[in-house]
Amino acid sequence: MLLFLGIPAAAVAVGAFEKSSGSGYTMSNVDTATSGVYLRGFENSIKLSLITAIVPAVAGTFIAYAVHTSRGSALRRAIVTASGVFANFGGIPLAFLFIASIGSSTALVNNWTRDIGLSLYPTFDLYTFAGVALVYMYFQLPLMVLVTLPAFEGLRASWHEAAENLGARSWQYWRYVGIPVLLPSLLGSSLLLFGSALSAYATADALTDGTLALTPLQIGTFLNGNVIAGAQNVGKALALGLVVIVAVVMSFYILLQRRATRWLR
Amino acid sequence: MSAKIKCRPRTRAVSAATALGACALALVSTAGPANAASTNYSKATSVAAFGGMAGLVAAAKSEGTLNVITLPDNWCNYGAIITSFSKEYGIKINSYNPEGSSQQEIDAMVQLKGQSRAPDVLDMSTPFAIKADQMHLLAPYTVQEYMDIPMAERASDNTWYADYGGYVAIGYNSAVVKTPPTSFKSLLKPMYNHMVGINNSPTVAGAAFAAVFAASLANGGSFNNILPGINYFAKLNTEGNFVPVISGPSTVQSGATPIVIWWDYLEKSEIQAQVKTWKVVIPSDGIYASYYDQAVSATAPHPAAARLWEEYLYSTVGENQWLQGFCRPIELPDMVKAGTVDKAAYKQLPPIPPGFRGYPTQTQVTTAENVVAKDWATDVATT
Repeated sequence: MLLFLGIPAAAVAVGAFEKSSGSGYTMSNVDTATSGVYLRGFENSIKLSLITAIVPAVAGTFIAYAVHTSRGSALRRAIVTASGVFANFGGIPLAFLFIASIGSSTALVNNWTRDIGLSLYPTFDLYTFAGVALVYMYFQLPLMVLVTLPAFEGLRASWHEAAENLGARSWQYWRYVGIPVLLPSLLGSSLLLFGSALSAYATADALTDGTLALTPLQIGTFLNGNVIAGAQNVGKALALGLVVIVAVVMSFYILLQRRATRWLR
Repeated sequence: MSAKIKCRPRTRAVSAATALGACALALVSTAGPANAASTNYSKATSVAAFGGMAGLVAAAKSEGTLNVITLPDNWCNYGAIITSFSKEYGIKINSYNPEGSSQQEIDAMVQLKGQSRAPDVLDMSTPFAIKADQMHLLAPYTVQEYMDIPMAERASDNTWYADYGGYVAIGYNSAVVKTPPTSFKSLLKPMYNHMVGINNSPTVAGAAFAAVFAASLANGGSFNNILPGINYFAKLNTEGNFVPVISGPSTVQSGATPIVIWWDYLEKSEIQAQVKTWKVVIPSDGIYASYYDQAVSATAPHPAAARLWEEYLYSTVGENQWLQGFCRPIELPDMVKAGTVDKAAYKQLPPIPPGFRGYPTQTQVTTAENVVAKDWATDVATT
């Protein structure tokens, strides 16, 4: 923990306040990182992460439930395998998949839909906030299914039967048994999705050429670029901002988790 | 050794002619067999420290290895250059992180300092060369042909020196684009709807930054004012012609970007090599060129091999190899004059329209970079 989390985090925190000349401390990196286009980067990143965490979290829960209750094992195996693959599909290959399918007038899917009289393009533009969010769903949704399925496994059929025997209706079972049991892991999974979206880099990079201000991409321009030299510490200040965002979200999560697990204590 | 240091043309007060004269004298007076055991090659500032080319070659061969970094095989023909250098001198070349950036070169020098896999030689964009020099990471070294490198294109103490460059060019797939674009203005036409791409964000990629600078020159801007370039791309975006994806051979083949603005040499080596109908034209209204730089690491684990690599690159053979990769080597004008240029390779370069305005200063480039960092995502916003 200390070696792989503590030390790098401390290095980022110290670097964020260091002058780029290397000697002395300053607030200017943090000031730059919290103003103008960088402030908007944080706004966009938080918005994008929230949307691409909440929507797949809800949808993924229902899919996981459907898989859990399905009788045949074929569907289950297919979904679990597919989720395992797609949840790890990201970066430039994923971006290119979307570019080639719906990215232009001659893209594959657009050719098909045109033939049947539908025009997805140019009504839907892939290279926008909505486009990037859609692409993120592609790995977020399977990730949610993958991490919530075990929670549904924990839901024993006998509990449902017991509740029914005691005269509970379906909604009562869910209200008093199902959701309280599931909630801690659903919250944890949603947090995981939030973190995964907040830190995604290459996919958004390939789809926007920097025209969509997102914090991870902006950090990239400082740490990984060929253009702007000598402002790495602004990048560290941006990274510190991400750490703060995650810390705030984690605090909320811990509060919620404490409430959600009250019945366990 | 002290006599040789004066050989470097570092002082502005001394006229170029005097400096060159002093240098020539120094070279003559110190020429002689160098004692390999007693010489610290990491301080060698010219071939004279090795007692001439034969001494340098012998010293490099005894090191036997050279570490290069961020040199993609199909970038300026580096794949072939690495192979032929290796063959010529029997020196093994380790090519690390071929797709890396200039910043990563600096990081590698700092983080791997003292290790045998640290980079020996660098190929970086000028802002990073200057930064690396300020961090004392570069060793001054003067190649034999340094007189062919213009003073403005190298550090005063030769810690870095321009190697090759090219022009911002418009490439298009002639199988898709029936009316060839010729200028930045022409790209705004409705017939190029959803067609025009650049290779990355201009805050990350040198070529994309250059594209914005060129667009600025085409739209009333200057080296002091890059804003018209940003506004141009904003307009290209609102007109629906700009496709903001990382463009390259794959987006061309998929049809997402039938037109790409990039360095002319990469249009040729990266896209045309895969898409035979790819044509390259230098825009008539925004002519912008830039050079990359070579440097030797101050803490190179193979200091002699590093210096031999530089001598090789700046020899006629090395320069022509860059040219065969569609890059314009810094000595090109002199080679054309002297007739030593590879004429077939030279003919393949796209012609440069009249109206070239020269190069921006480093201060102008830095100012422009800050403007792009601040305004690109704001002005060319996609929501």
